[in-house]
Amino acid sequence: MSIKLIFDVAITGLIMGGLYALIAMGLNLQYGVARVLNVSHGEFVMVGAFITYFAHKLLGINPLLSLALSGPILFLIGLFVYRTLFQYLKRSSESLDVFEGRSMLASFGLLYLIQNIALLWWGPNVKAYSYLNYPVRFLSLTFEANRLVALLFTLVMIFVFYLFVTHSKVGKAIRAAAQNEKSAQLMGINVPSVLGLCFGLGSLLAGLAGSIVSMMQELTPLMGFPYLIIAMIVLVLGGAGNILGSLLGGLILGGVTSVVMFVDPGLTLVVSYVIFALILLIRPEGVLGR
Amino acid sequence: MDHTRAFLKTSVFPSLLVLVLATLPFYTPPYTTVAVTSILMYVVLTVSWAMFCGPTRYMSLATATFFGVGMYTSAVLGERLPFPLVVACGGLFSFCIGLLTGFICLRLRGFYFAIFTFGLNELVRNFALWWEAHVAHTVGRWLVLVDSLTIYYYMLAIVLLTVFVTFLIGRSRYGLILYSIGEEEEAAAHIGINVTRYRIFFFALSCLFMGLAGAVMATKWAYIDPRIAFNSILNFTPVLMALFGGVGKIYGPILGAGVLTLISELLLSRFPYYYMLLYGIIFIVIISFLPEGLVGFMKKWRKAPAVAESIR
Repeated sequence: MSIKLIFDVAITGLIMGGLYALIAMGLNLQYGVARVLNVSHGEFVMVGAFITYFAHKLLGINPLLSLALSGPILFLIGLFVYRTLFQYLKRSSESLDVFEGRSMLASFGLLYLIQNIALLWWGPNVKAYSYLNYPVRFLSLTFEANRLVALLFTLVMIFVFYLFVTHSKVGKAIRAAAQNEKSAQLMGINVPSVLGLCFGLGSLLAGLAGSIVSMMQELTPLMGFPYLIIAMIVLVLGGAGNILGSLLGGLILGGVTSVVMFVDPGLTLVVSYVIFALILLIRPEGVLGR
Repeated sequence: MDHTRAFLKTSVFPSLLVLVLATLPFYTPPYTTVAVTSILMYVVLTVSWAMFCGPTRYMSLATATFFGVGMYTSAVLGERLPFPLVVACGGLFSFCIGLLTGFICLRLRGFYFAIFTFGLNELVRNFALWWEAHVAHTVGRWLVLVDSLTIYYYMLAIVLLTVFVTFLIGRSRYGLILYSIGEEEEAAAHIGINVTRYRIFFFALSCLFMGLAGAVMATKWAYIDPRIAFNSILNFTPVLMALFGGVGKIYGPILGAGVLTLISELLLSRFPYYYMLLYGIIFIVIISFLPEGLVGFMKKWRKAPAVAESIR
């Protein structure tokens, strides 16, 4: 165990944890508030990554700048999907339980839809671009520059989003709707529009995470699914409806994953699952749940 | 009149259908037998899914897991045991793992059950991938081939068994017990039903049939690896088929599986590139516009004039 290795594991853990937190906070807005367990959440990450890739390859836009592109596009897609599909399902379901089941199944259809549009449009081949792909010396240790930038941007975005949820009026409305829809409605909050906003914001976060992922990883149309799984694990870890829980849960899972990855990369998902299963069994409401 | 109709519905039509299916290989080309085999497979998966999940309203998303357990049993034991025993073992292992799963997720209610079972399949698949790569040092496994006619008759037998057991459950007090768990689990426990025991047993029972189907189908597919055996699309397909047909009646899932498999086979042969895309669209459309399934749709359609009259 050298210092270099410890730093490597720590930085990998922070980057992954940050990404997981972003993606999981997105899913938490969609499931914890809007009650849609969006199985196609990972596909939104994939779309964000591809938007960044094409903006860089075709238009020469800096991947960091294209965060301002992928975020809003994904937001609009999310909002559109919620307004058309999920709002219809909500209106035509007799209870919230039924809506949860139906919306999850519908989002599974959406997963296939998005994934196959991507496959037909962009082809099944692996795509990658190189950005800031050079070593940086820091405290007499070397790191890849793009990973440090990714880390920085992820942490900033998480911080901004956290401030937004805790300190803005809209954030307050979101938390109110997550706690109790009916009371929130009675307090004069336009709940349907807040739920739509939550779904849009959820896919926005997925898109931003996708942009960051594209700086460090190869892209394929099938890359999204593992991110969904991770987001679901974090969602369970932190508790549905608890945005801060997802933030912490994401960082914790990222740390654990990077340690396991160092031991045996093949076991990362298995270990994540075991954590997931244990939490579901011991505390289904989440470690930090209400 | 009603009596005759009921007789036709419960005895004559099913026997005719079974007769047609049993004699199908004698007067149709081999391709038909193969195609019908895959329909039968989906019927088993859908009916066995609906057997537990329909009345209890626990949405299991682990059909592929138990199907895959059957497949791997077949792959591992295929060379060592005669075929009927292999199939039986597939069902038995699946049943045991179903029992285990049932025990583990006792505390999970409602939607968390769905999330857990969804995760279970991913866990099993990733573990199998790791195991094959690091312990068994393989990627996938080849199976002992069995001729398509044998596979067809095995599948048909499993379908009959599954439907018959579902029918028996529906007719017995166990059917009512499962319904009462679905309606209000706590109330069911209060009136003296051992909810835990029935939940675990009938969940495992439904897994048994999935395992049987998996053990037979593996020999048809000839080659399996963890990605094929635990393919997550098979978790959702039975749910969709059951909802498409309608879960309330025993013929709902059968109808749903039959029609939807036909549609997807047709799409696969006509538009091989757009198949999955169209599948996604069909999925969304069915969930959105047919919440009660074909059975509910037909019921509503039949009842509609009467309702209109009563309003007047």
